[in-house]
Parts: sequence; C-alpha cells; structure tokens
Amino acid sequence: MLNLTIDGKKVSVEKGTTVLHAARKLGIEIPTLCYHEGVSPYGACRVCLVEVVKGIKTGLTTSCTCLAEEGMEVKSDSPRVLESRKLMVELLLARCPEAEKVKDLARKMGIEGVRFKREDKECILCGLCVRVCQEIIEASVIGFINRGANREVETPFQAQSDVCIGCGACSSVCPTEAIKIKEMFDKRILETWHTELELKSCKICGRYFVPKKELEHLKEKIELPEDIFEICTDCKRKSLTGKIGEIKTGAI
Amino acid sequence: MKIKNLKDLEELKIKGLESLYPKRTKINVGLGTCGIATGARAVFDSIADEIEKQGIDALVGKTGCLGFCQREPLVDVWQPGKSRIIYCQMDPEKARDLVTGLAQGKTRKEWALCRMEEEEFIIENTKKKYSIKEKDGKDIPLYREIPFYRKQKKIALRNCGFMNPENIEEYIARGGYFSLARVLSRLKEEEVIEEIKNSGLRGRGGAGFPTGLKWKFCRDARGEPKYIICNADEGDPGAYMDRSILEGDPHSVLEGMVIGAYAIGSHEGYIYVRNEYPLAAQSVERAIRQAEEYGLLGENIFNSGFNFRIRISQGAGAFVCGEETALLASIEGKIGEPRPRPPFPAERGLWDKPTNINNVKTWANVPVIIARGADWYSKMGTAKSKGTMVFSLVGKINNTGLVEVPMGIKLREMIYDIGEGIPEGKKFKAVQTGGPSGGCIPSELADLEVDYEKLTQAGSMMGSGGMVVMDEDTCMVNVAKYFLNFTKDESCGKCTPCREGIKRMLEILDDISKGKAKETDLELLETLARVVKDASLCALGGTAPNPVLTTLRYFRNEYEAHIKDKKCPAHICPDLIHYSIDKEKCTGCGLCLKECPQTAISGEKKKPHSIDKSKCIKCGVCFEVCNFDAVEID
Ligand SMILES: Cc1cc2nc3c(=O)[nH]c(=O)nc-3n(C[C@H](O)[C@H](O)[C@H](O)COP(=O)(O)O)c2cc1C
Ligand code: SF4
Ligand code: SF4
Ligand code: FES
Repeated sequence: MLNLTIDGKKVSVEKGTTVLHAARKLGIEIPTLCYHEGVSPYGACRVCLVEVVKGIKTGLTTSCTCLAEEGMEVKSDSPRVLESRKLMVELLLARCPEAEKVKDLARKMGIEGVRFKREDKECILCGLCVRVCQEIIEASVIGFINRGANREVETPFQAQSDVCIGCGACSSVCPTEAIKIKEMFDKRILETWHTELELKSCKICGRYFVPKKELEHLKEKIELPEDIFEICTDCKRKSLTGKIGEIKTGAI
Repeated sequence: MKIKNLKDLEELKIKGLESLYPKRTKINVGLGTCGIATGARAVFDSIADEIEKQGIDALVGKTGCLGFCQREPLVDVWQPGKSRIIYCQMDPEKARDLVTGLAQGKTRKEWALCRMEEEEFIIENTKKKYSIKEKDGKDIPLYREIPFYRKQKKIALRNCGFMNPENIEEYIARGGYFSLARVLSRLKEEEVIEEIKNSGLRGRGGAGFPTGLKWKFCRDARGEPKYIICNADEGDPGAYMDRSILEGDPHSVLEGMVIGAYAIGSHEGYIYVRNEYPLAAQSVERAIRQAEEYGLLGENIFNSGFNFRIRISQGAGAFVCGEETALLASIEGKIGEPRPRPPFPAERGLWDKPTNINNVKTWANVPVIIARGADWYSKMGTAKSKGTMVFSLVGKINNTGLVEVPMGIKLREMIYDIGEGIPEGKKFKAVQTGGPSGGCIPSELADLEVDYEKLTQAGSMMGSGGMVVMDEDTCMVNVAKYFLNFTKDESCGKCTPCREGIKRMLEILDDISKGKAKETDLELLETLARVVKDASLCALGGTAPNPVLTTLRYFRNEYEAHIKDKKCPAHICPDLIHYSIDKEKCTGCGLCLKECPQTAISGEKKKPHSIDKSKCIKCGVCFEVCNFDAVEID
C-alpha cells in the first residue's frame, strides 16, 4: 500500500492507483471529461488537474494519468488548480457552447460568461470514442486527423469505413452527443463516420435490430450458441422470462 | 576490413591524414544543404571541370558546413607548403578563375575570407601546424582572428568543414573512433557514465537534462532490450545545427551513440531524422554502412564482443515529433502525439522498453569528453552549464551562421563580436532565443551570460540553440503573433490548453495588432499565457506562451500603444499605420503615383501629391520609392 495526502487528508491505496481514484476514495470530487473507467487514461482535456508537491517544486498534472506515489502530497483545491481547471472549461465551452456536459461543469465552477469568440463545434476532442473503438471494440475505425486547432476525429480519408461494425459504442461514450447515429428501417446510418450498415431482422418479431457486421464481429470474438445472434434483445428477454418463470431478470 | 585494435586504427589514421593533406593541391567545396542552396554544386562542378580541362594536378573534394552560411559557397584550398585559404561567396565563374590562378601560382586575395596556418585537433589536444614554406597571402586575416570565428570553440562542430564526411578515414585521422577504442578496451560501463556525469554535459535538445544521469537511469532501469535514440527531428524554423553535424560529420554522432550504448547496455539504436533532411539521412546512412564495414558498428565492435546496430527512422516533419514521447510513438508507427510523463522513456520508452534519447549535439560531444576528460570539459562554461553550445545566429545581424561558443558568453559578444552588429547601423532591439517557443530578451539585457539558468530566468530558454536578432524596426506584438502562429499550427491538438489556448491568445494578439483590443484583453492574454504554460501536457504547450510572456514583460508599452493609442510604434502593423505625403517635401515627380498598385495617389506633375486613405492598402511602396523622403508614416 502507498500512503499519500490529498488536501491534507491521508489515504492509502494500492500501487498502480491513480491520484484521481485515490481522491475518490476520500470522497474528493475531481471533474473529468476525457476519462472513462473502461479505457486507458489519456490526459487530454486537463479539467482533472491537481497540484503535486515535489520537494520545493510543485507542478500541475492530470490526476487521471498520474499514479500515486509513497509520500506524495496532492492539492486538488488550490487557487492555481481551480483557476486552471476553470480556464480549461471556459476554453472548451467557447469551442462547444451547446455541449450539455461542458455547460454543466461550467455552471458548477461558477463560470458566468465566455471571454472568447464562440465557435459552434460539438466535439471536445476528448478521444473517448477513439479509445473505445480501438481498445474495447478492437475495430479502430476512427482516429485523429490534422494538427493543432484543426484536429478532428475522423475515419481514414474521411470516407465510408469498411471496418465499422456500427455498434455505436463511440456514440454512447461521447460526452457531448457529437456522434450522430440514425436508424432507418433496415439501415443504421452513422452520419459522422460517413457509414451506412445493413441491419438484421429478428427471427421472432421481424424487427431490424442489429448491424449484420456487428454480429459477425461478435461471432468472431466470443463463442456463443448460434441462435443467440438471431433474435432481438426484447424477444430474448421474453423467451427467457417465459423459461425461467417467476425469476425476474431483465439483466440479460 | 574490420578494425580489431588500436594498431589497425592507427594505420587507417595515416591513410586519412594522407587524404586530408595530400601532396598536391586539394580544393574542397562546402556541400552541406546551406552550401548547395547557394549554388555550391555548380561551383564544385566547374572546379572539377576546369581541373580536367587544364590538366592540372589537383584534387577536388567535398566537405561540410564551416558555419559561415551567409558567405556560402565556401571553398578552401589546400596546397602543400602554403597556408590554407578559405574563399567565400564563390560562383562557377569565380571558381574557374580560381583554378586558373592556382595553376599559375596566384592567390585571389579579394575573394578570401581567411586563411589557416594550423588546425585544432580537439580530440588529440594538438594543433596541427602546416609546414608553410611560402609566406603568401599575409594580408588575408587568419581564421582564428576574424570576428566570426575568434570567440568560437568548436567541439560538436569540430570536424564540420574540415573533412570529407563521406570518408571515414579522414574522421579517424582527426581522432575519430579513438575514444570508442579506449572505452571498449579500458573502461567499465559505470566509468563511462561517471565521466559523462562529471563533465556536466547537459542535453542539447532543449530541456538541458544532465546526460550522465539520464544514461544512469536507463542503465539501471529493468527491462530488455534497451534502446538508444538520436533525436534529429530539429523542427525549429531557422535552426539547422543538427542537420549540419549529420551532413558534415556523421561519424561523431555514431561514435557517441556506440559509447552511450556500451555504457547503458543497449544493442539497438535509432536515428530519427526528419524527411525534410534527405541529405542528412543519406549522409548518416552512408556513415553507418562504412562503420559497419570497418567493424565499428554491428557485431563484435573492435573485437570486444560488444554488438550495437543503428537504424534510421524518418519522421514526416512534424515539430511535435521532436518531443521525445511523440518521437517514440512515431517510430512505433503510431500518430506522433505526446503522452504524459512519467513514465519517462528511461523507464518505459520504445515498445515500452527502457530507452535513452539524446540530441544530435549531445551525442557529438561524447567522444571529445571521453578523450579529453570530464575535468577539461567542465572547466568550460558556467557553474551549471558546462562546455559549449551551438547556436544558429540569424535575423537582423551582419554575420549569420552556425556558431559554437563556450557557455556563459554574453549576448553582447554574440551580437557585436561574432555577429558584427546590426545591418545598416540600426539599433539592436531584442534577441529571441530557444526557437519558436523561446522568449525575447531586450537589448538592456545584452550583458546576460548565455546559459540554461540565465536564459530561463530571463523568461526564455536555451532550446536547441536558435538565436534570432531583431532591430529597432521590429514590432514586438507582431513577433509574438508570428511565433504563436507557428506553435498554433504545430501543436498536436491533443490537450485543451495548447490547442484552444494558443488559438485564443493569437485571436487577442490579432485584435491588438488591428487596434481592436480592449485594455482588459491584455489581462486575459496574460492569464491565458500563464495557464497554458502551466497546464499543458507537453513542453510544446508548456513553452509556447514564452514569446507572449516575455514581450509583455519587456515591451509592455508597445502593447499599450497598440491598444490605447491605436499606434504601432515600429510602424509594422498595417492597420495602425497611415501614409501621407509632406506637401513641403514633395516635388511632384510622380514616381509614387506610378508605383502605387491601388491608384491611391493623385496629383498633377510638379505639384504636391496626396494619398487617398480609403484606397491605400499600406503596402509601403510609395515610402520605398520616394527620393525626397516626402512620404511619411504615422
Ligand atoms: C515540441 C518539442 C519539440 C522538440 N524537438 C526536439 C528536436 O527537434 N530535437 C531534440 O533533440 N529535442 C527536441 N525536443 C526535446 C526532446 O523532447 C528531448 O528532451 C531531447 O531529445 C532529449 O535529448 P537531450 O537530453 O540530449 O537534449 C523537443 C521537445 C518538444 C517539447
Ligand atoms: S466525438 Fe465525442 S467522444 Fe469522440 S472525441 Fe469528440 S467529444 Fe470525444
Ligand atoms: S501541449 Fe500541445 S503539443 Fe503537447 S500534447 Fe498538448 S496539444 Fe499536443
Ligand atoms: S480527465 Fe484527466 S485529462 Fe481529461
């Protein structure tokens, strides 16, 4: 176990724990935007900044990437930390004035107005979609293109992707609802990724419910009985509840 | 042939010396990228052609950059029994004349930059005196006496311009690979690290981290294999010291790397060169092949049982790929963006293995330190910055070029002695050090001693050695804007402060330069600069605000003039200047009227002219052409 102090409070954590988690253990709330339990930390949004005291020097670092060390002294509410975090959020708000999550954070931090020219982007470039698609789905459909202020998340050559399975994990992890997915009868349309996928219909109810490609991908990855891929979740649930009788599951 | 011992090396040295100082005339042409850019290839060709045509008993050879890039093409003439003469600003015509003259025993003093009666062999600590029989060219100044070279001390640049980079024997003749021989036969790994540590050598790629300590971290780190990397990304605009070394003396870098690899316990190395440096990459490739042939690289180096290979990795020329973690990602084939440190590369680097990254110049220093010892090296420089630093001295300065000077030299000496002052007698205003994210140091600090600490205290940095001199006609708001424009485009865009913050700073600077900013904007600019510096992921964002912070610190009045008085004191920002014609001075010659691209000027012949401000685009042509100083700017 490692012992450290955050805002003067002592906490012991296992080796490999991030400062963010150590703080959570103490009930200290640190805002995050580009962090998600399921994927590797990235350190991009910088709203989770904390101050770490190292001897006579102190430096700002991101708590989501910084690993706890023995004897470490962390400040999560110093004026320097709060000023920096606030400016990060203000910068992101100027970029994406309509993003609910950013607006929420801004409200919580007491940011009243934006001092910069407003843009109308939706993506804060947190990279969660990229990491989910790469690390969890293992499809690596999207990535960053361009440098600096022109950075964007895109498919290669900004063209239709032939590796996208249409699972929509990117969209569900996106903190700003920047990834648009539409369903039209037998098609799932991932506008943001210039990609359309054919859906498969449920053997029982006939409803189109999942991209064929996603099913193929799943079959490759996990061994499951063939018919599990043939019926939609609703019908699956119904038939299961039927079978199990009283037991109410709903978690399957 | 494989070199197995010192005797083999000594033998090659003799061959190398014969090639360096042949028994007949040898004309060397500086064929670095800088030379080629000014036409050195044509000069080389015409020399070769003329020698053949006239049937003269002379050789023509190539060499690297002697540093005085402004006076390129440089040609040096070696003739047994005479002083070596370096000619400058040659062209094919002059080159032919020179050859003809040589055949008749003539010296073209009018084209000579300087002459040499001896050369310094820094590794061996000797001065190689030429045996001069004929005292000719006496009125040509000596190399070590002309202002540009007088205060220089060449360690990293020791061979550039003094040998043929394609000839490994010439490198050996100048003491090359003797340090490696000594290390492999007589020194333990720890002893090498100790020597580098004691020398006080610090990284020449920017951050100035103590090199010996870095090597030790990597040596002590767990994990195999370990990698060695030479960072030759050199993305700073206007900086080309690393390129010059790779082109002019590639073996010095290879030798340094093998020594480092031995000390650290690595068997595989990479040289990361940007794509824009095709000549440098070729030069290194050739050097690697030669060194392998001679058994100085590859398997069983010097018959010692030690193996080390070097590969070349070419980057696509993004500035940010010079940052070490981005560089690692780029070698691994991923997109070149930085990641948080720790873990540092020494612990987890290339393919998660312990990796030691050093700059080209850092590596090039190593063989000399091994040869001359830590004591000797650490006597040069200041308390915490030892040895020498290579700068590229550019901008509004009379002598531009690559300059290697002992740490601790005063800015004043750089500018007035080596650089010989500002062109057209203008006033020296500021100097920007450290590349695009360094800071501007005002003329009042001309007595600042250049070292890592002093530059940082002044708000700037050493960086990799950029030095841009600015004269009184420079607008500091414009300067800040220029550098931020560069970092805005070169930011990788990963983290919020750097990507969004630089963009916003630039917007404010733009407003200031157009007279559209409010006084509160200055505060906001300052806050942004401070926080971006503090909160960014890597040192690109961590240093990008330096031009803003230093110009605000030293030239605040200029910012205020733009904001409050809507005036650009240096008359640079087009939106804040106005051209008008002084009726008293105007003779009505009509020259400006003819030249104005907007037909904004009107007036009858021989009568005072006037400018229609609504049409004027402030190009300044009228100001330039008027022979009577009648056009005024305010
Ligand atoms: C944006 C950025 C660009 C850099 N570019 C270079 C470069 O072109 N060459 C270099 O040697 N170091 C560069 N560095 C510094 C490297 O990260 C690293 O510190 C250096 O290569 C270490 O070598 P040294 O200890 O010998 O200086 C850069 C750093 C940053 C943040
Ligand atoms: S699209 Fe959403 S998840 Fe992806 S980088 Fe942008 S904000 Fe993050
Ligand atoms: S500071 Fe700039 S260059 Fe460095 S990671 Fe952040 S965005 Fe990229
Ligand atoms: S949550 Fe830590 S940097 Fe984004």
